[in-house]
Amino acid sequence: MKYLDEFRNADIAKKLADDIHRITTRPWAIMEVCGGQTHSIIRNGIDQILPSGIELVHGPGCPVCVTPLDVIDQALAIAGQRGVTFCSFGDMLRVPGSRKDLFQVKSEGGDVRVVYSPLDAVKLAEQLPDRQVVFFGIGFETTAPANAMAVHVAKTQGLKNFSMLVSHVLVPPAIAAIMTSPKNRVQAFLAAGHVCCVMGMRQYPALAERFHVPIVVTGFEPLDLLEGIRRAIRQLEAGEARVENAYERVVTVEGNVPAQKMLAEVFEVCDRTWRGIGTIPASGWRLSEAYRDFDAALRFDVSGIRTLESPLCHAGEVLQGALKPNQCPAFGKECTPRTPLGATMVSSEGACAAYYHYGRFREADPVTA
Amino acid sequence: MAETLDFESWTCPLPLRDYPRVVLGHGGGGKLSEEIVEHLFVPAFGNPTLNALGDASLVELPPGHVAMTTDSFVVRPLFFPGGSIGELAVNGTVNDLAMAGAVPQFLTAGFIIEEGLEMATLGAIVQRMAAAAKRADVQIVAGDTKVVERGHGDGLYINTSGVGVVPAGVARIGPDRARPGDKVIVSGTIGDHGIAVMSVREGLEFETVIESDCAPLGTLAQSIVDNTGRVHVLRDPTRGGLAATLNEVARQSKVSIIVEDRQVPVKPQVQAACELMGLDPWHVANEGKLVAIVAPEAADEVLAWLRAHELGRDAAIIGEVRADRAGMVATRTAIGATRVVPLPLGELLPRIC
Repeated sequence: MKYLDEFRNADIAKKLADDIHRITTRPWAIMEVCGGQTHSIIRNGIDQILPSGIELVHGPGCPVCVTPLDVIDQALAIAGQRGVTFCSFGDMLRVPGSRKDLFQVKSEGGDVRVVYSPLDAVKLAEQLPDRQVVFFGIGFETTAPANAMAVHVAKTQGLKNFSMLVSHVLVPPAIAAIMTSPKNRVQAFLAAGHVCCVMGMRQYPALAERFHVPIVVTGFEPLDLLEGIRRAIRQLEAGEARVENAYERVVTVEGNVPAQKMLAEVFEVCDRTWRGIGTIPASGWRLSEAYRDFDAALRFDVSGIRTLESPLCHAGEVLQGALKPNQCPAFGKECTPRTPLGATMVSSEGACAAYYHYGRFREADPVTA
Repeated sequence: MAETLDFESWTCPLPLRDYPRVVLGHGGGGKLSEEIVEHLFVPAFGNPTLNALGDASLVELPPGHVAMTTDSFVVRPLFFPGGSIGELAVNGTVNDLAMAGAVPQFLTAGFIIEEGLEMATLGAIVQRMAAAAKRADVQIVAGDTKVVERGHGDGLYINTSGVGVVPAGVARIGPDRARPGDKVIVSGTIGDHGIAVMSVREGLEFETVIESDCAPLGTLAQSIVDNTGRVHVLRDPTRGGLAATLNEVARQSKVSIIVEDRQVPVKPQVQAACELMGLDPWHVANEGKLVAIVAPEAADEVLAWLRAHELGRDAAIIGEVRADRAGMVATRTAIGATRVVPLPLGELLPRIC
């Protein structure tokens, strides 16, 4: 497939892997920030062709995984109300709240719908004037522009029956939080290419300098990831700590300026709780004062929800790179994609789900077919 | 008979014309039921057995093991690029019979119709069923119609049951018969049907139309089964896709299956749609493909036979069966690593970003 096959070429992958083996003289721990990168690494088996000393630490960049439990419970409470049409991206439906998930709300009669764009939810609000249409606006800087646009359009059109449950999170504060954690082992970052596509690269040099850590903006295809890893190791071996762009076909230094303007208008920075990790200062977005009327958490009475996280779940340590999914005592036992204890076992970007699906069978011989 | 009626622009013959939409009475067993049978179903499906309109139909079967199966069809929307619930209802059951090595013979058809369905829609679907039955060379010999109140169904559900006969002398085929060393063959591109349905259901607009592969697999399957016993397993990878089918075979045969990812045929437009939605073509449904697991010495010959059939032109050997790690399906990735192919959980969920 055009624009994808070129970045999955086995011969070039081998050359990059050979080069990585050649330049690596000692063990390094590199974190890929984004869950999409984790998924691609495991799906393609990239970790299998790296030198044994290179450890890929899976980062917190899975929007489904880090959305806090109280927000999930708020979503479940809103979605179950009469007169509400609750719209979400598909993979949020199976994320466990304290007691159930959105699929169960749906089976109990809740009007829960999967949409592909928040603008579809706005359209739905136009079509269903008698219903309150709520969109579950979660994710990183990648999903935020479309969500901002949806709220902006709803306001422009004067839609009274559209609102958004917002729980956006931001990458740079998470990198800072990881680097200041006493348990931190990460020595270099593969920054999330699609986040940088929106936000540009200006936020990263300060982080690279402050923590003396190489940050390589990296894409998602096998060759993108191998090139990102190669550049990170080259910096580590040379004792450097710079920001590099290994995803130049998508990412520019300034990013998507119109999207940034829309974000600045609709959202404002706030403290945010990350599921399994805790509160990180100034690490999220909420609707700004001018758009507060569209905040579903204010429109519906969802205060006083008491959350209940499974005591067996170690998702927080997994998300911070302190624990590999298969080192968790519940992995594959109490916790499977069918009976997930934490969100990391749900999303296809979640590290635990990726390990469960792809990671348990590593050393087969080549197929002769 | 089917060919006497206009396939697409079907119009109701009298007296159905008085009812532009199906009403509860059409399932009530009275005059209206009689009219819908006599003026809609019998003209479309008509054959001497059905025309007798007895409580049960009597049929003659050739010698051999009798294969029986049943399936219900609840697809939404009722029409999609490359087919409709009508073709699916025939081919789905025909293909289940074919995967047992049977020659499909007879079908029954049960219709659960939601009150208010346009008679023209029902007519078009029945026409398509009739054409599909003709193509698959099966007769629809019994039927039933029920009408449920508006709001209690998605327009139309169809159940079909089928009877076929495994010709005398044909060696047994079954999902528990894969043996280490066997080769895995798929008869063509995967994921076409699921993406075709999803593209209209979700209102996604692609630059090209992706058509369902919905087709009867009877003659394709018959072209490779014989009395030598070299074909061990035949499956049609419908819901759950290739991943589910291979996992089921691996479990039931107590073997592992290793697939070379690059050998699995996927249409570029299906691959593109899957990339967009964050889906894996391995998990997406097919309605006109079969997976054959065959003795290694027969693989090239079976591949040639499949490719000689119009439904098997893109057939490919995609992998092989191993003795170790029973129950596991794995694939060699493009960059030469190995990963497990899991059994899909159920509903396909598009990814967030």
